Amino acid sequence: MAQMTMIQAITDALRTELKNDENVLVFGEDVGNNGGVFRATEGLQKEFGEERVFDTPLAESGIGGLAIGLSFTGFRPVMEIQFFGFLYEVIDSVSGQLARMSFRSAGRFNAPVTIRSPFGGGVATPEMHADSLEGLVASQPGLKVVIPSTPYDAKGLLISSIRDENPVIFLEHMKLYRSFRQEVPEEEYTIPLGKADVKREGKDLSIVTYGAMVHESLKAAEELEKEGFSVEVIDLRTIQPIDIETIIASVEKTNRAMVVQEAQKQAGIAANIVAEITERAILSLEAPVLRVAAPDTVYPFAQGENAWLPNAKDIIEAAKKVLTF
Amino acid sequence: MAANKDKQFDPVETLHAIEEKFEMFQILNEEGEIVNKDADPQLSDDELVELMTRMVYTRILDQRSISLNRQGRLGFYAPTAGQEASQLASQFALEKEDFILPGYRDVPQMLFHGLPLSAAFLWSRGHFQGGAIPEGVNVFPPQIIIGAQYIQAAGIALGFQKRGTKAVAMTYTGDGGTSQGDFYEGINFAGAYRSPAIFIIQNNQYAISTPREAQTAAKTLAQKGIAAGIPSILVDGMDPLAVYAVTRDARERAVNGDGPTLIEALCYRYGPHTMAGDDPTRYRTSETDSEWEKRDPLIRFRTYLEAKGIWNEEKENEVIERAKEEIKEAIKVADAAPKQKVSDFINIMYKGELPYNLQEQLDIYTEKESK
Repeated sequence: MAQMTMIQAITDALRTELKNDENVLVFGEDVGNNGGVFRATEGLQKEFGEERVFDTPLAESGIGGLAIGLSFTGFRPVMEIQFFGFLYEVIDSVSGQLARMSFRSAGRFNAPVTIRSPFGGGVATPEMHADSLEGLVASQPGLKVVIPSTPYDAKGLLISSIRDENPVIFLEHMKLYRSFRQEVPEEEYTIPLGKADVKREGKDLSIVTYGAMVHESLKAAEELEKEGFSVEVIDLRTIQPIDIETIIASVEKTNRAMVVQEAQKQAGIAANIVAEITERAILSLEAPVLRVAAPDTVYPFAQGENAWLPNAKDIIEAAKKVLTF
Repeated sequence: MAANKDKQFDPVETLHAIEEKFEMFQILNEEGEIVNKDADPQLSDDELVELMTRMVYTRILDQRSISLNRQGRLGFYAPTAGQEASQLASQFALEKEDFILPGYRDVPQMLFHGLPLSAAFLWSRGHFQGGAIPEGVNVFPPQIIIGAQYIQAAGIALGFQKRGTKAVAMTYTGDGGTSQGDFYEGINFAGAYRSPAIFIIQNNQYAISTPREAQTAAKTLAQKGIAAGIPSILVDGMDPLAVYAVTRDARERAVNGDGPTLIEALCYRYGPHTMAGDDPTRYRTSETDSEWEKRDPLIRFRTYLEAKGIWNEEKENEVIERAKEEIKEAIKVADAAPKQKVSDFINIMYKGELPYNLQEQLDIYTEKESK
């Protein structure tokens, strides 16, 4: 076992799959010689050659088209969108083309494309780098969307994403890239898509969350514990499809629920989770299901982001409302 | 300010010098005479007859499709008359292993690349099985988003290149399509990787109603390839021999590792943009229509083949009768397609296990449909 940051775990997963399957190709802007702007592909071009790990011209839509075309010649493309805010430049390839490929061809063509992309706030990026746009892709039928919160999960989930026969969007929160290390096995392992992880067990309240907010929620849970509240924290890991069984079982146990996301309240996936909980478990609920999310403004410029991003304090405040309803 | 003539540079002159290079390449003129003997692709008599057969067949298919549409028996249809040479002579230059990424007007090329006519009819009607391209037929379902096929063609071409497959990806768009970002990204990517792609612009003069001149300041659309650093040519898109020759030449270069080519084929669509209510009299005059009809690909090719003694009315009528018969049969096959069910749609969304929401919905619809 080695201690790895999330970025190292991601590189390790890419290396594992490049080794395992000669059809895996890794490409995007600056992913070759430069190893990616975050070094996620560090050393991979040297190890696997320019045929398999390569730079693209600077055009996100073109990269999406390239991935689609390569998948039709039997490759398993792992493309990078340098920052997920650039999704708008490639949204047709993602939602208009990849997501519909199987349907459009009555199942004849499938596109086993993995799209890796950094996103998320708290690291003082310029505009259009930090936005949580996962809701845009999670609401498009035909895609799967994965957001790991730990190095261990990142490796196992990325390997599963690459092996999946369907298009998978794999979103990497920038703040988590190097924020902590964790034991990550050097050998290969997979974590199934669509399976949540109960990061902390509790009896009084279920917090359903994902990405960087998993850590804020855990912090909040610890604080609440001191005040005598036992809080369960569910890390979705895959936000499309969500692990409905784990969510509902937890809510039926705790009778109280909250959803925490970094995206704006009107964005993300929180509203869908609340809807699912009310459809399936309303009789178990003893309080309204609250959402902790960012306000419904445009993502703020760097100096203002920490005033805007949801944090443990916001979660504690909302949790107390739910717990004492 | 120094006078222009004193300048040591002249960007206007650079532009004009490039534009002047793009003269329309032609082999067979409107009168059916070979005007460029050295470039004659030397097709055998059988090949010439086959190409003529396909063009006649497609003209009949177009007429029948329009009529079926008017009877409410076809659905979405984008007329093809006037574009037979740019469509069929370019496809004629391909091999079976080559991949075609069509736009929505490019159904004829798909048919001659192996797609059953009944599948094309199902696609037109809006039946999900219309996209079920048979195994071994190297075509995509027609692209609706204009330009998307260009970037995907660059991807397939790169895939062929990486596999060492001696094949090309060929794709089509119209004059309007050259204004799309994906048009530039596609030709640029293929150029950057020197991938075996052929990009065809069927410049039929109007993007729905918007005339070619309103799309761009560029004098030709072919010259757009120069910016991507790829060989580019302007061809008479109503001259089947010229279209065949330039496509074949592009294919040769592509499979020999010399990268992609951009081809602008000048043509005209006689009919409306689609059968969904477009009225060309709002944006074209009948004088313009008749000018272009004089250049018709079938008329000149017929004249040429008849002069060679390899085509006559009897042959043409045989093709017409066969086309009508096959269309009738294909409609019967399409009519027999199963009624579409929501459970069918759910089952083709993902390969492998369904997500929980779709699985639940599948159970609900399967139950409903069993009643």
